[in-house]
Amino acid sequence: MPSLLELKNVSKIFYGAKGRRVRAVDKVNFSLQKEEPQIISLVGESGSGKTTIARMILGLLPPTEGGIYYLDKDIYAMDKNERKEFRREVQAVFQDPYGIYNPFYRVDRVLEIPIKKFNLATSKEDSQRLITEALEAVGLRPKDIIGKYPHQLSGGERQRVMLARLYLLKPKLIVADEPISMIDVALRALFLNILLDFKNKYGISCIFITHDLSSAYYLGENLIILYKGRIVERGKTNEILTNPYHPYTKLLIKALLPPDPEKRILTSIGSDVRLNEDIAPYKENSCHFANRCPSSMDICREKAPVAVKINEDHEVRCFLYDEKG
Amino acid sequence: MEEILKIENLKIYYRNVSGLAKAVDGVYLNVYPNEILGIAGESGSGKTTMISGLVRLVKPPAYIPEGSIFLNYKRNGDLLKVDLLKISENEMRDFRWKIISYIPQGSMNSLNPVLRIKDQMIDVILEHSDRSREEAESMVPNLLRSVNLEPNVADLYPHELSGGMKQRVIIAMALALNPKVVIADEPTTALDVVSQMSVLSTLYQVCRKVNASLILVTHDMAVHAQLTDRVAIMYAGKIVEVGRTTEVFKKPFHPYTKALLLSIPTIEGEPRRLEGISGLAPSPTNWPRGCRFHPRCPYSKEVCKEREPEMIEFGPGHYVSCFLYGGE
Repeated sequence: MPSLLELKNVSKIFYGAKGRRVRAVDKVNFSLQKEEPQIISLVGESGSGKTTIARMILGLLPPTEGGIYYLDKDIYAMDKNERKEFRREVQAVFQDPYGIYNPFYRVDRVLEIPIKKFNLATSKEDSQRLITEALEAVGLRPKDIIGKYPHQLSGGERQRVMLARLYLLKPKLIVADEPISMIDVALRALFLNILLDFKNKYGISCIFITHDLSSAYYLGENLIILYKGRIVERGKTNEILTNPYHPYTKLLIKALLPPDPEKRILTSIGSDVRLNEDIAPYKENSCHFANRCPSSMDICREKAPVAVKINEDHEVRCFLYDEKG
Repeated sequence: MEEILKIENLKIYYRNVSGLAKAVDGVYLNVYPNEILGIAGESGSGKTTMISGLVRLVKPPAYIPEGSIFLNYKRNGDLLKVDLLKISENEMRDFRWKIISYIPQGSMNSLNPVLRIKDQMIDVILEHSDRSREEAESMVPNLLRSVNLEPNVADLYPHELSGGMKQRVIIAMALALNPKVVIADEPTTALDVVSQMSVLSTLYQVCRKVNASLILVTHDMAVHAQLTDRVAIMYAGKIVEVGRTTEVFKKPFHPYTKALLLSIPTIEGEPRRLEGISGLAPSPTNWPRGCRFHPRCPYSKEVCKEREPEMIEFGPGHYVSCFLYGGE
C-alpha cells in the first residue's frame, strides 16, 4: 500500500566528545497512509527523540540509519524539482512562536513569500484576498494582523499566523512540533480545532508532537509513545488511554492531572510510583525504562525488548508481554 | 482569620515608547496563613508583574504608582504590621527569603553552573540569616531530603541534574529559612508531565510541613484544581474572580473563568469540541473601556462598555466583578 510518509528503521546517533555516542532515535518505524488523511500524535518527555524525528522528517537532519520516504521517494535523495514539491507539501509548525519571525519585517511577509514562491496568486489583489481568507480561516481578524510587526502579536496569534500560512499552501502533511506548549490554554483549544478542521475539510494529515497526552487524546486517532528514542507503545489513541500496556504509558496516564478539584491525586501521592527522573547513563542493550520501571526484571537490563503485537493496531515493547522472553 | 498579606489597590505600570502599560491595575487580594492561593490567567494578564511587586522586585521602567501590601506577621511575639511598599530597601531585604520567598519563572536555569549545589545553598543561608558556615552546611542534607533528593546531590553541579531535580533544589533553597509565604511563578512549566507531578507534590508537602502559605502562579488550570485552596483569576491587570477552588471550578461566575474552564482538554468522557476564547488579548497600553473583557464576552451588554464592574461577594467567600451579578 503506498504511503504518504514512511519511516523505515530510522535511527539517529549523535556523537559527542571522548567517543560518546547517543542513539537519540532508535530504529523507529511508522507510516501515514496516503488515501485517508490521518493524525498521528507522538508523545514523549524531553529527551525522547520527538524533535529529532520531526527534524528528520522535514529534511533538516539526515538519519544515521534507515530511510524516510515521502510518496515512496527517499527524501534525502530527491532531485531539485521533487525537493521543491516536498517543501511545499510538507510543512512545519515549530514550538517557539517568538523565534520564527524576523522582527524587522511585518508578519504579512510570512504569508506573501509562499504566495510569490509558489505562484499562488496572479495579481496583488488576488494575493491580498488569499491572505485575508487564510487569516479568517484560522480565526484571526485580518485587520488586526496585516501590517503588524511580530512583537505586536501574542504567542497564540503568531502560531495561528503560521497556520494561516499552511492554509495558503494546503500541504499534504503538517509536522507540528510542540506547537501549543508556549501558547495560552484558551488558545490551545482553537489551535487544535484548526488542525482537526484542516484534516476534515482539506484532507491535511498531521504529525503532532507533544508531551501532553490530553491534547493527543483530543486530536484522537493514532498515538505513538516514545521513550528515550524508542517507540514503546503504539496504537489507537482511545485504546491506549483506556488500556495501556507499557509501564511508561501507565505512568504518563497517571501523571495527567484531572482538572477537577474533587479528584485530587497530587496531594496524596503514594510511594508506589517511582517518579524520580532517570539520569543514569544510557545503555543500548537494555530497556531504557528499566531503572524507573516498577515491574522491571533482570532481562530488562540485559537486552532491548522487541515490539509485541497485542492486536491488529496495538503494539508494545516490553518484556512483560513477550512470552518468548 | 487574619490575613498574612493584604494587597490593596496595587498598581504597577511600565512606561515605554508606546505609552503607559498598566500591567497591574488595581489588584485587591488577601493571602491567609497556611493556604495555597492560585493565580490563574493568560499571558499578558499581569500575573508575573503582580507577584514581582509582592517582593518589591519592580525595576525601572516599571514603577508602582499606588497601592499597599500589608504584611501581618508575628515576630518574637510582637505582631508586625508593615506596608511592604513603604519600608526601606534594607528592611525589605531582611524579609526576603526569611518571611517571603520568591521562586521566579525559569529559576531552575539560574543556578550557577560552576558551583556545586551545596555551595549555592549555603550562600543563600549565609546571606539571609546569621547562621555560621558550619550550621548552614549541616542544614543541606536535610533540606535536600525534604524535597525528595538524595543528599549526595549536594556535591553535584547543575548540569548533572535533570530539570525536575534542579527545580527541587530551588524549592529547597526557597524553604531553607522557613518562610511564611512562598511565591512560585510557573514552577513546572518547562518540565514534562511526570516530573511536573512529582515536583508539585513536593512543593505541596514542604509548604505544608513548614506551615507556609503558597502563592502559586500558573496558567495551567489542572494544577489549580489539584493543589490550591483558593484561586484568583486575573484578566487584563485585575482580579476578576476569586473564591474557593472547589466553588470556582464547580460554579464559575465570570464569563472569562467559564471560558477558561471550558478550554481544558481532559481524557475523561467522550472528546467534546473545546471552545477556547476567541478574540484578541487586550493590550496593557490600551485596556478596553468599561469591563475589560467585554470585547470578547458573549454576554456583554451596554453597561459593560461604559463602566467597570465592582468586585462583589456573590457566593460565600466567592467574589466576582461582572455586571451579570449586579455590581451596578
